[in-house]
Amino acid sequence: MSLAFDDYGRPFIILREQGSKSRVRGTEAVKANILAAKTVARTLRSSLGPKGMDKMLQSPDGDVTITNDGATILEQMEVQHQIGKLLVELSKSQDHEIGDGTTGVVVLAGSLLEQAESLLDMGIHPLRIAEGYEMACKVATAHLDSIATKWDFSPEEVEPLVQTCMTTLSSKVVGRLKRQMAEICVKAVLAVADLPRRDVNLDLIKVEGKVGGAMEDTRLVEGIVIDKDFSHPQMPKELKDVKIAILTCPFEAPKPKTKHKVDIDTVEKFESLRHAEQQYFIDMVQKCKDAGAGLIICQWGFEDEANHLLMHHNLPAIRWVGGVEIELLAMATGARIVPRFEELSPDKLGFAKCVREVGYGTTKERSIIIEGCPNLSAVTIWVRGGNRMVLDEVRRSLHDALCVARNLVRDNSIVYGGGSAEIACSLAVEAAADKVVGVEQYAMRAFADALEAVPLALAENSGLPSIESLTAVKARQLAESNPHLGIDCNDVGTNDMREQNVFETLIGKRQQMFLATQVCKMILKIDDIIQPSQYD
Amino acid sequence: MATLMAPNQGMLQEGAREEKGENARMASFVGAVAMADLVKSTLGPKGMDKILQSMGRGHEVTVTNDGATILKSVYVDNPAAKVLQDISKVQDDEVGDGTTSVVVLAGELLREAEQLVGQKVHPMTIIAGFREAEAVAKAELTAAAFSNAEHPEAFRNDLLNIARTTLSSKILTADKDHFAELAVDAITRLKGSGNLEAIHIIKKAGGALKDSFLDEGFILDKKIGVGQPKRITDAKVLIANTPMDTDKIKIYGARVRVDSMAKVGEIEAAEKNKMREKCQKIIDHGINCFINRQLIYNFPEEIFADAGVMSIEHADFDGIERLALVLGGEIASTFEHPGEVKLGSCKLIEETMIGEDKLIHFSGVALGEACTIVLRGASSHILEEADRSLHDALCVLGETVKEPRVLYGGGWPEMRMARAIEEAAKKTPGKKSLAMEAFARALRQLPTTIADNAGLDSADIVATLRAAHGADPGASRMGVDMIAGAAGDMRELGIYESFKVKQQVLLSATEAAEMILRVDDIIRCAPRQRSG
Repeated sequence: MSLAFDDYGRPFIILREQGSKSRVRGTEAVKANILAAKTVARTLRSSLGPKGMDKMLQSPDGDVTITNDGATILEQMEVQHQIGKLLVELSKSQDHEIGDGTTGVVVLAGSLLEQAESLLDMGIHPLRIAEGYEMACKVATAHLDSIATKWDFSPEEVEPLVQTCMTTLSSKVVGRLKRQMAEICVKAVLAVADLPRRDVNLDLIKVEGKVGGAMEDTRLVEGIVIDKDFSHPQMPKELKDVKIAILTCPFEAPKPKTKHKVDIDTVEKFESLRHAEQQYFIDMVQKCKDAGAGLIICQWGFEDEANHLLMHHNLPAIRWVGGVEIELLAMATGARIVPRFEELSPDKLGFAKCVREVGYGTTKERSIIIEGCPNLSAVTIWVRGGNRMVLDEVRRSLHDALCVARNLVRDNSIVYGGGSAEIACSLAVEAAADKVVGVEQYAMRAFADALEAVPLALAENSGLPSIESLTAVKARQLAESNPHLGIDCNDVGTNDMREQNVFETLIGKRQQMFLATQVCKMILKIDDIIQPSQYD
Repeated sequence: MATLMAPNQGMLQEGAREEKGENARMASFVGAVAMADLVKSTLGPKGMDKILQSMGRGHEVTVTNDGATILKSVYVDNPAAKVLQDISKVQDDEVGDGTTSVVVLAGELLREAEQLVGQKVHPMTIIAGFREAEAVAKAELTAAAFSNAEHPEAFRNDLLNIARTTLSSKILTADKDHFAELAVDAITRLKGSGNLEAIHIIKKAGGALKDSFLDEGFILDKKIGVGQPKRITDAKVLIANTPMDTDKIKIYGARVRVDSMAKVGEIEAAEKNKMREKCQKIIDHGINCFINRQLIYNFPEEIFADAGVMSIEHADFDGIERLALVLGGEIASTFEHPGEVKLGSCKLIEETMIGEDKLIHFSGVALGEACTIVLRGASSHILEEADRSLHDALCVLGETVKEPRVLYGGGWPEMRMARAIEEAAKKTPGKKSLAMEAFARALRQLPTTIADNAGLDSADIVATLRAAHGADPGASRMGVDMIAGAAGDMRELGIYESFKVKQQVLLSATEAAEMILRVDDIIRCAPRQRSG
């Protein structure tokens, strides 16, 4: 294949070291890629929807993760195949952009490729399929916009937000407590939301957790939790109305960065150095005291002597606090981060109503909770769970729900879930296809079929007869021209998603279609795979 | 070519494995049930112990029947088994006891679930049933619990009963009355603070288990410096964390550079002087006992001896914190302001002998809450196991002091919950009720296992219990009586358990079972290649 002959019959080499490379080309290459993508999609398919199953993943080091979050599954699967990796990236970008629907996007892409395979068998050129998909995608997203509903909410009326978060959470392990968790998420998002600008900085919401207790104990701390304890065991465990100094300089003898040596050659020098050293710590503590601080939070460590002096002057202190926490604390308490003791002044101090240390169960681990900060701009969701795997999964689920709430704050358009939007789009695309002249018509029909994969998987995972329920819903949508009909996953008894209160964000859905179509186009365009052979 | 490949070949890394659907479920059921069976035989007062031999150098041997310890030490490869390992660890951290029960219950739940899956019930339906059963069980458990917190006498009796029940399954069972008294005394001294740190456990080989005792003071396993008083009354103690060896200058880059031997001598003298001053400052606090976390060299020790101050070196970090707590002093690192440092105090410090070892005994301490339990035993293995057992008992008692509700033991709560669930299942439509019945069956497995382990006729006893509970719902106090080998009244036998522990067992086990049931796909990444 990679060997050709020139006019004189002499062989020349197109691809060097062909022996050590394997090469697939043409339709075969496209098909190989589609097969790979389908495999990945199939793995995720059973995790879709409220009754989706979890995957158990064992990392190379033997740690176990149990999750049904698409992005996490793909990331931890350590997919090696190139096309598989593309899908991993796809799910990741959905995660970064929207934060939810990471499973759906992969399932959709897999189904699009599956449809493309049969078109290829019909002899349609991959590029024409790609173009058809592109056109169909435009029709579908336009239809999405037309069926989307604006849902107004205000800080007083948060019910719509809670309902949407509940839809997201219902497919997770926290399904049992979705109401409570959804309320926590919405409260957290609203606490940090910049409503006039319609923006939410999710960095301000920390999701922290500690193994133990039950999921019911999860709560929202209107403040910050740091996984540290007071530097001296005898410092008071609870402080009220304290002024906080945030330092990024260590309570240690100075260490100039320039290389230097202090030579001691006389007794006097030895003495003076000793005094200087002691004075150093006294000065440091005095400066903090002078500024009026009641609590010191330091990024670095303390010398034993300094630690005792702090204790002695009744200055509780926390050491080794991480950089991210320091910044959050500064934002929440209104303190300035002070890099040098000399610059400490009363106006750079922050304030908190209550700082307390709490312990857990029978272990010695402790955390410090800082509450009642003047700027309610940073909150912590404090997650509890029976074991580490549940805890991690709850954290991932909460992250998804937070993202959804944020998206709604940004853009309050919603579409209905339960596969209803997909079915509606599928009908719209099919109708549009009939008006298109050319091979693209087939591709558009295929796109419409592919969209149905999502409700199909939903029905299948819920233990419903998948094809029957899908066709029934589709017929009803067409007959009643009601785009809110979807699959009744929870056996509620109605197919109207408006009554079931199952919503998804419009941007999330739209992004899913865009991303899935893009990846499909990319995969379809590949007609040659050259890779190092496995046997070298 | 492509069609010949297995679907995921080339998709994952070499050495990675994927198990799907039924296979995955089977693998996790098998793993979890095997794990549960591993610890099953240790459950209950007649449970057997396990010998654990470590893989490391020395092949150390541990003999235990503590579920958490066993599971922690077993190396497992099955991901589902790891989940169970994890819940037992959390149970240990959270309440300290019931580590075996939680794993056995989770295993039984999965065993029941396996059969339901075999009957083509969808795992999600099983989970829904389990959740409902859990809610019913929790409500029943809460209703069954009772509290004697208002009557100190009765409450103490409850505590004693709980301690006895917990200890009866351990090595201490022969002396359980003695140890139950020990543990309850220790806990009641804490006056409800639940701060287990104030209880210090010292293990000394030699003697018999029943020679163990509770000391109302504090015992430190350290030595008093040479030539210093061995007995101090009305001690004033300075607790410190400061270098007492050379006390280097900490300013970075400082070093000594001299040009003659004479100067070396001078500086050495200055250093000594510095230490002498430091010691003097310490003595100026008006103390007669000095305890340091770090080493004390001979020179300062000598100064202290001259001043008639007792000095104790190298009390490790836990020790020093506990001492500070017990003596009511602060941990000092600077000594410039003698008047302002809070000193610790106690009535008497003396050296005592336990077996062949000399220990320092602090009695009449400021904080009346503290106490020390000295464990004696024939070998270090026995001591280790006694320590674990006592720790369990103390944890349970500590939790009970915080949450005074108690339950009867001997399988009584399980029987009650099972009955309540079965009642509820009768009223539940749909396949969920199958799962609820399965839940009840799994709960009944606990008394069955306890009876089996004791070599009793479990089927007969459990059936009797079931009849007793069914005849008199909510009021029967029947449970498994190990001694008589029949059903017996738990109140008369004094078999009590903590409500908090039971509740945590129920919640964790259900959560873990649910988690394993939800899995339909196991992907194992290729093990990391270790270099060398």
